[in-house]
Amino acid sequence: MALLELRNITRRFGKLEAVSNVTLDIAAGEFFTLLGPSGCGKTTILRMIAGFDAPDAGSIALDGRPLAGIAPEKRPVHTVFQSYALFPHLTVAGNIAFPLEMAGRTRDEIRRRVGDTLALVHLEDKGDAYPHELSGGQKQRVALARGLVNRPRLLLLDEPLGALDAKLRERMQGELIALQREVGVTFVFVTHAQQEALALSHRIAVMNAGRIEQVDVPEVLYSAPRNRFVADFIGTINLVEVSVTATAPDRLELAAAGLGALTTAPVADAAPGTRGALALRPEHVRIGRAGAPATLKNRVEGTVAEYLFLGDVTVYKVRLADGSRFEALETNAGAGRAQFHAIGERVTLQWRHDAGVFLRD
Amino acid sequence: MKRRVWLWGAALATYAFLYLPLAVVVLFSFNDSELNASWVGYTTRWYRVLANDTDMLQAAANSLFIALAASTAATVLGTMAGIAMQRWRPPLLAFLVLTPVAMPEILLGVSLLLFFRQVLDLTLGLFSILAAHVTFSTGFVAIIVRARLAGMDDSLFEAARDLGATPWQSFVRITLPLILPGIIAGFLMSFTLSIDDFVITFFVAGVGVTTLPLQIYSMIKVAVTPEVNAVSTLLMALTLSLIVLAARFAPETLRARS
Ligand SMILES: Nc1ncnc2c1ncn2[C@@H]1O[C@H](COP(=O)(O)OP(=O)(O)OP(=O)(O)O)[C@@H](O)[C@H]1O
Ligand SMILES: [Mg+2]
Repeated sequence: MALLELRNITRRFGKLEAVSNVTLDIAAGEFFTLLGPSGCGKTTILRMIAGFDAPDAGSIALDGRPLAGIAPEKRPVHTVFQSYALFPHLTVAGNIAFPLEMAGRTRDEIRRRVGDTLALVHLEDKGDAYPHELSGGQKQRVALARGLVNRPRLLLLDEPLGALDAKLRERMQGELIALQREVGVTFVFVTHAQQEALALSHRIAVMNAGRIEQVDVPEVLYSAPRNRFVADFIGTINLVEVSVTATAPDRLELAAAGLGALTTAPVADAAPGTRGALALRPEHVRIGRAGAPATLKNRVEGTVAEYLFLGDVTVYKVRLADGSRFEALETNAGAGRAQFHAIGERVTLQWRHDAGVFLRD
Repeated sequence: MKRRVWLWGAALATYAFLYLPLAVVVLFSFNDSELNASWVGYTTRWYRVLANDTDMLQAAANSLFIALAASTAATVLGTMAGIAMQRWRPPLLAFLVLTPVAMPEILLGVSLLLFFRQVLDLTLGLFSILAAHVTFSTGFVAIIVRARLAGMDDSLFEAARDLGATPWQSFVRITLPLILPGIIAGFLMSFTLSIDDFVITFFVAGVGVTTLPLQIYSMIKVAVTPEVNAVSTLLMALTLSLIVLAARFAPETLRARS
């Protein structure tokens, strides 16, 4: 049985349906992420789980027990707020002790567990400091410690890394994974940063305008997006308008207007004539001089419109015959300087017969 | 440079205009003369006269009692109003609480008098003064408490509940300590407003009870004796120290008052 079950949750604000018919199962011990653009309803879902808001329809159950009508303080669920919400008049130790005091723990136990938790987040020497004396990363750790100290069944994290700069953010991501593994508390994490979601999560639910588009492990989400929204939202992807011309056991034959015949990996019951998009990751596309010998099944010609040298990789943006843009990514693993294709140069793009995903309309 | 001198001059002139009369009052409270005409010599005798003036002492006792009781009540009511205004933003409440603050005192005095006499048929006295002072002080406390809350992250209060605090525990452990400086400043502000209020008190005091400002006024009607200077000096010292104290607790209060 799942630890947390959301069944057909809907929440309306006036005319706006902020959350539409969301159903989710989250298992104990999981690092689960809600990923989606701003305003898609992530915070609203967290608030309903925490008890600050209630669904207009549907039910939420924790450990099989319905949560409807249970006050926030009675739920074994704690939240790490984006603004951290550390109590400014309490010390770090006072903040961390707060949930233990509310739970009526004994003095000795509180002292011991505050000490243990401070050690867990590497803040042993900051117990007597006040929140305003801490750096952003330290505040973040105190907020995590406060959320974890009383071992909730579920820890909700609403964009906890949003306020940190890039470097610190990366380090905190690492700490977050380690922390979750160490304490074994189930995390429900909210972010609109797809890379962060991919790096941290066991499973991700991609949301769009109040709906869940796809729930999967990061690898599947990345390599087999179920629709255009997910494909586009996670990473970069090339989308080519196509229609199915024939099916084969090992591939799907496609026709793209202006680009000719293409193939991709087979999908279930895509009859000839089905329209959709071919979604292809830039790293699957090999770029070479025009007229170079063809080695891969799919091939299109184009002109380099621009390139971005990113150090480890170079991203080429290529204009195709039909006027669309295509991205190809080349790793700069060769010795010395990578060989760049110049802007305006004619190039051939090619990819394997089974690379790419067909997304039915 | 020239401009600086000019500005300093203007500032000094303004301060002189504001504070010279007060300085004269303080000075002449130590003047060894029955008349407030010219400086004769130093004495503290007017303070001794004051200490034996039973009418004045009674008025002072009334004023202190009213100020204490009214500002306590206004602090409780105003704190609740301030919290409600910040948390739920009911449109009418802000209007109701703040109107007495903005209303001309004379209007408030007249309307309270009519209300107490015509509507409630109350005998004017200590209670009517008390009620009137609570009326105009509550709004000030509400403004100060609200300003304090407005500067705070709303998720603090949700965090308290989230971490296991009941609404009451959350109020006592988190909300109250955070707004305490505002509450204290509001109390001190109400106290100064109450102790030196003249206009409204004048209307609702009736005949039996008198307060310090009313007593001073009735003495001046006869003659401005140095005793009036002495009591004014004491009142001024009290008010000033309370305002300084209030400003220490909540620097935004001085702005709220003007
Ligand atoms: N209390 C409310 N009253 C009215 N509308 C609301 C309320 N709370 C949220 N909304 C609306 O519901 C939608 C979803 O909001 P929500 O805060 O859940 O988005 P989000 O996914 O967390 O976005 P972000 O990434 O920007 O935090 C938004 O359009 C928002 O304006
Ligand atoms: Mg949000």
